[in-house]
Amino acid sequence: MECRSADVIVIGGGIHGCSTALNCAMRGLSVILLEKDHAGRHASGVNAGGVRQLARHVAEIPLSNASMALWHRIEDLVDDDCGFTCDGQVLVAEDEEDLDTCRARVDDLTLRGFHHEELIDAAELRRLVPAVSDLCPGGVISRRDGAAIPLRATQAFKRKAASLGADIREGVRVTRVVRDGANWRVETDNGFFLSPRIVNTAGAWADRIAADLGEPVPLEVIAPMLMITAAMPAFIKPVVILRRRKLSFKQFGNGTVLIGGGYLGRAIRDENRTVLDWGKLATNARTVWDLFPVMRAAPIARAWAGIEARMPDDLPVFGPSARHEGVYHQFGFSAHGFQLGPGAGAVMAEIIATGSTNVPIDGLQISRFTHPRESRP
Amino acid sequence: MITLTAIDQIAEHYDIAVVGAGPTGLAAAARAAELGLSVLLADENPSPGGQIYRAITTTPVTQRGVLGEDYWKGGALVDRLWPTNTAYAPGCTVWSVAPDEVGGFELGLSLGGQARLVATDQVILATGAQERPFPIPGWTLPGVMTAGAAQIALKASGLVPSGRTVIAGCGPLLYLLAGQLAAAGANIVAVLDTMPRRNWLSALAALPDFLRSPYLAKGLKLMAAARGKLPFRTGVTALAAEGSGKVTGVSVTRGGRTKTIACDALLLHQGVIPGINLSNAAGCAQHFDHVQLCWTPTVDDWFASSIPGIAIAGDGAGIGGAESAALRGELASLDAARRFGRLTPVQRDEMAGPTRIALARSLRGRRFLDLLYRPAGAFLAPPADETIVCRCEEVTAGQIRDTASRLGVTGPNQMKAFLRCGMGPCQGRLCGPTVVELIAQAHGLSPTEVGYYRLRPPVKPITLAELAALPPTEAAVKAVVR
Ligand SMILES: Cc1cc2nc3c(=O)[nH]c(=O)nc-3n(C[C@H](O)[C@H](O)[C@H](O)COP(=O)(O)OP(=O)(O)OC[C@H]3O[C@@H](n4cnc5c(N)ncnc54)[C@H](O)[C@@H]3O)c2cc1C
Repeated sequence: MECRSADVIVIGGGIHGCSTALNCAMRGLSVILLEKDHAGRHASGVNAGGVRQLARHVAEIPLSNASMALWHRIEDLVDDDCGFTCDGQVLVAEDEEDLDTCRARVDDLTLRGFHHEELIDAAELRRLVPAVSDLCPGGVISRRDGAAIPLRATQAFKRKAASLGADIREGVRVTRVVRDGANWRVETDNGFFLSPRIVNTAGAWADRIAADLGEPVPLEVIAPMLMITAAMPAFIKPVVILRRRKLSFKQFGNGTVLIGGGYLGRAIRDENRTVLDWGKLATNARTVWDLFPVMRAAPIARAWAGIEARMPDDLPVFGPSARHEGVYHQFGFSAHGFQLGPGAGAVMAEIIATGSTNVPIDGLQISRFTHPRESRP
Repeated sequence: MITLTAIDQIAEHYDIAVVGAGPTGLAAAARAAELGLSVLLADENPSPGGQIYRAITTTPVTQRGVLGEDYWKGGALVDRLWPTNTAYAPGCTVWSVAPDEVGGFELGLSLGGQARLVATDQVILATGAQERPFPIPGWTLPGVMTAGAAQIALKASGLVPSGRTVIAGCGPLLYLLAGQLAAAGANIVAVLDTMPRRNWLSALAALPDFLRSPYLAKGLKLMAAARGKLPFRTGVTALAAEGSGKVTGVSVTRGGRTKTIACDALLLHQGVIPGINLSNAAGCAQHFDHVQLCWTPTVDDWFASSIPGIAIAGDGAGIGGAESAALRGELASLDAARRFGRLTPVQRDEMAGPTRIALARSLRGRRFLDLLYRPAGAFLAPPADETIVCRCEEVTAGQIRDTASRLGVTGPNQMKAFLRCGMGPCQGRLCGPTVVELIAQAHGLSPTEVGYYRLRPPVKPITLAELAALPPTEAAVKAVVR
């Protein structure tokens, strides 16, 4: 007879769901993962693949650090290199004022004991990114950053979790979650499942699960856009981002160049569909035109958008529910959750298995939305 | 008809935009304009006619016999547009079609190296067919090309392949092309027919209809002409192009025996399938047609797609041939006029009456051809591991089979993450159908269960410079001012 109960049920098969499922399985817990489409179909499979510690909000840095350690031994963890390359990420300052902001940021991180971001001058910037416009006076580098192939990475987590016994069910949609004695009863379009613990990793759909549980959150469904060019002669190794204008820019080993930065299209989440906004992509293209003259003749081969969850403060919801025993939330990554996937799964499994973690996650609790006055001054 | 030669001559808005100026698009545009709608007819070719009537107004081929009498019918379709005020934009690539927020559509266009966004209330995609990919070992060698490419060179520039030429594959077009090329003076040393003999069995049931169809006389004439004059070989079960740096021969397996025929040019053709890149990228639903063995947009009797306001007519919505294409374009426009309220449903149906009769007549016998010329499995999913399937990224059949079975990859979109097939400049146009077949075989599933690529705009590349210079639309300007 098929087993419809487990120690943990994970709802959603993005990088977060798959990573949490893997880490729970590694701790000997039995796991069922339910995914309405296929693993990595949404944000986790179509994102820019940026593995970035650079320029993260302080509240996220501990999770990000934990994750980075795992990215650097990703092949040992999931038996696949996930296409991970480490050429650093550079934040380019476009003028002196911009550089001052960078300096203040790096100083602040140093005071807090974080040393992954390093200020660089114009000469070092030119050495790292020779093609950048002469007008840029410097920037910040995070040398251990890099990029990976999103869908491949997500599926590697899924495969490894399955190989350790996790029961991964794709094409199964969770329709409702209700309390059933000591268990949670997870109803789906293919029967129900029972478990004392559930993890809500449903990405842009996670607010519906949270609402079912009486913890409604102000989640916004967004559709960040990306475009990629045909292969160009190699001219840049690190990933480049900007602070004032939206840009994230990366050349792959095969010469193609990925252009993004968080311009939003339109998400139609009930149809798994997005519509591009070419006007905004044109602005994105103009930024590249300004900064990288070598790119002007590049043919754009594809553009797309992914459906992602964004919280009002641009920080994820991460940790135990504020209302219920046995409920854990892990969503709302606001367009920077891919890098966090490996570490967040490890920390979540630790919390589930042991009740606590040493990795500081204060500031990410769901209570900041459900009881705003208690947690926020 | 007003011919637009620069992008700024294109208006901000049209009632209806027709993409593609083949028989479908020409008929659709003419009919819509005759019904009083403002029409943009955009086509990437320099002159109207599409694939079948390519270069009809400009071809240097003047001996009517070379291209056959049917070719010249295209002239009448173009002539019908002259008295209308259709805005015809040749050399204009439509790289995106997407719904806007008010029930209309935004079209991304490029003309003369400049891009532009244009609004329209309705869209008729008349982008026609493409040749079915026909991957065999060596098909990427110089000197190997598709029969369609050879036909384009003939119609547009009066060119025929030089040296010993072999034509290989399956389908009525194979005979047509062989005949056309021979008439134009090509040295055809062999016509290799890969049609599986057992296809006759399944096709036989559809024979009675075919016997009453307009294809019969035409088809028989083509066959007889080609077979009588040309060195024909039937029952071919495997092919491989040979040579290093350039094709020098083709190895042919028939009845279990393999031999090589020396050649300087090898023309491949395995029938045509709907070109679905634009409709797929626009989000129109599609399904796998188990008779024609291809992905096909899902349309209703009026060629309306799953997205209200987008119609897909002609071969782009299912292969039916040139004559039916024009009729289907006509019907799509009648329904568009009904959506605009220019025609009541009753008026539309009345006007459509004779067209529907003609359409039924032109499609009679189609099923027989579809069944007879179904490609053999070995040509849909190449058995030789070394055969390149995705030409852009040089991915082989062996790699795809291996990734599907070893890594459990169950769909073409997942396959992209591992092998990058379908992510090159052609965006899967050349590998999509084969990748799906290979995955389906590896998992013992049907193509329907495997699914197809989700294609992304721009469906034809535009340059970063073009995009950076994209003028803001009127709507965007208003949004800022407000
Ligand atoms: C275009 C783009 C670029 C980005 N670039 C980067 C980057 O460079 N670096 C970075 O770190 N991050 C990036 N991100 C963000 C990153 O992709 C996401 O933060 C991350 O993938 C979120 O993972 P997830 O598992 O929470 O969500 P998802 O990957 O969206 O997974 C959630 C899953 O839950 C499933 N689900 C939802 N509801 C149900 C239900 N009821 N039943 C069953 N299943 C359900 C969904 O089908 C989905 O597969 C980008 C995002 C986008 C869209």
